[in-house]
Amino acid sequence: MKIHEYQAKKLFSDYGVAVPEGAVAESTGGAKKAAENLGGFPVAVKAQIHAGGRGKGGGVKIAKDAAEVEKHAGEIIGMNLVTHQTGPAGQPVKRVLIEKGLNIEKELYLSLMADRESAGIMIMASQAGGMDIEAVAAQTPEKIIKVGVNPLSGIYPYHCRQAAFGLGLDKELVKPFSQMLTSLYRLFVERDCSLVEINPLVITGDKRLCALDAKISFDDNALYRQKEIAEMRDLDEEDPLDVEASRYNLNYINLDGTVGNMVNGAGLAMAVMDTIKLAGAEPANFLDVGGGATAEMIENGFRLILSDKKVKAILINIFGGILRCDVLAKGVVEAAKNTQINVPLVVRMEGTNVEEGRRILADSGLDLQTARDLKDAGQKVASLV
Amino acid sequence: MTIFADENTRVVVQGITGNEGKFHARQCIEYGTKVVAGVTPGKGGQKMDEVPVFNSVAQSVNEAGANCSLIFVPPPFAADAIMEAADAGVDLIVTITEGIPVLDMMRVKHYLNTKKSRLIGPNCPGIISPGRTKVGIMPGPIHKPGGPIGVVSRSGTLTYEVVYQLTRQGIGQSTCIGIGGDPVNGTSFIECLEAFEADPGTKGMVMVGEIGGSAEEQAAEYIKENVSKPVVGFIAGMTAPPGRRMGHAGAIISGGAGTAQGKVKALKECGVHVCEDLGRIGEFCAKVF
Repeated sequence: MKIHEYQAKKLFSDYGVAVPEGAVAESTGGAKKAAENLGGFPVAVKAQIHAGGRGKGGGVKIAKDAAEVEKHAGEIIGMNLVTHQTGPAGQPVKRVLIEKGLNIEKELYLSLMADRESAGIMIMASQAGGMDIEAVAAQTPEKIIKVGVNPLSGIYPYHCRQAAFGLGLDKELVKPFSQMLTSLYRLFVERDCSLVEINPLVITGDKRLCALDAKISFDDNALYRQKEIAEMRDLDEEDPLDVEASRYNLNYINLDGTVGNMVNGAGLAMAVMDTIKLAGAEPANFLDVGGGATAEMIENGFRLILSDKKVKAILINIFGGILRCDVLAKGVVEAAKNTQINVPLVVRMEGTNVEEGRRILADSGLDLQTARDLKDAGQKVASLV
Repeated sequence: MTIFADENTRVVVQGITGNEGKFHARQCIEYGTKVVAGVTPGKGGQKMDEVPVFNSVAQSVNEAGANCSLIFVPPPFAADAIMEAADAGVDLIVTITEGIPVLDMMRVKHYLNTKKSRLIGPNCPGIISPGRTKVGIMPGPIHKPGGPIGVVSRSGTLTYEVVYQLTRQGIGQSTCIGIGGDPVNGTSFIECLEAFEADPGTKGMVMVGEIGGSAEEQAAEYIKENVSKPVVGFIAGMTAPPGRRMGHAGAIISGGAGTAQGKVKALKECGVHVCEDLGRIGEFCAKVF
């Protein structure tokens, strides 16, 4: 789960990590007032959306007086911000963060992430702050300092010193940097983060460290024990069909193609998308109804797929294991009757009690095609779109 | 022959009195697995069918001779359950549970480095040595006993599809292992390939990977240097969009890394026979093996 910059900065503040003075506004009037309350110009007007690359898309502007704040806020609030991360459709901006300008001497990069290779927490730091860190990592990997922390022992001062000296910080900044990094680590583990990123982390003219930007993502699996974090979820930032799917506990991702598909199990669901593509069509979605799908989940899956207007045909591929094919066939028939399917449907079913399952489908009176195997299923559904 | 689990595997089911634990314990018993104990704290002394229930894994080891744990406990308690099993000294821990927080699994992983137990999973279907033992939730009847092919996969139903096609081609399996779809897991592809290479009953392997991480790339390098038996590879997710988690917590392309295309390339370069069409993987294997 992702949160907004202003929410991440609130968490930083709670953990004693310095951020610029600022306030959130949802209107131009509110933005002006927020700026005046900061007591001084210039201020930054920053669009609050989850995607990165906001500056290049015109979502971050500097205002030198109150009139400019109103002007910029007026342009940004309500705009459809397109960045390299939003895709061409863009993301509507609902609010802006107004922040006091800083006297910046230097920009650094600092992040902590859950690292699957080392099963630990990886600290990454670089003097190349304010830039696209993935590009830096690809072109000049030597400019990135990596320090791994064992999650059992936690962070120690030497980890911080390694990062601080690696960054070439002045001697008087090593201690405050270490304190900040230790606080960020504490935030990371206490709040079940998967990524905490500050880009840029700035050194001000008066030699202070300040998080000019803030990005945090959380481990979805841990939200059950992070109630306060879970409440920060902004459904406006997510695809409406994805939100609907999460309400039904289905793993669904909306894609660009025309073949709707429903599969039990995530790996098989991905492989079925690939099969559709190999057969010459494009998948309209990823939908995993779970290794132990029930009739009810299949019905909800149907509803989701059918609410996507791009869909011209549907492929259902269920590998009946513990859940028998006859039970699943009954579920498909019930769901199909309850949801009025108006596009062609191809069903491929395999596994336990498959003969009985196929008989139920054949006798159902439903207008559907059955496929012999996966290959046949892909070809049949591709020929329908 | 088999790897990691056979007819001498004596299973304790942690969470045996829950719905899932009970159902799958019965399915395992029906398959012929020696389920010697169950654990549900507070329900020690009871029985699930004929299986004695204990309060702790240590008791099940001492009193029922368990040497393998099969874990069904819910995510908030799973890390505790895994570490308890490791502390009790079982050889093999198979964790089915999906949805364990990644920080919990990181701690578990480092903790297990100090123990002798092998962890399979979490978020996996488990392990089956067809005809001998099934420690997991996979449907038994789709498997064909007697080998000679070992199967290792990050997925559940996708593995069933592959195994089913192998069986339809008359190709039996020595052992099939689901190593799980989480970003941090126990046994790796490489450890399974190493064991299959050493197992005289295994003549070839099928490795089923998916997008995310670099486990397949590392396995490819390992195969090139250390595996003499033929390996068939399949990677799911050629059409997966970047930056989105595809159901499995570990199945995500991030920063351009972990793509199916990159994995296929790495496997091919290391001499793995890559099948790009799941619909034909059975025929493909019949040709290779």
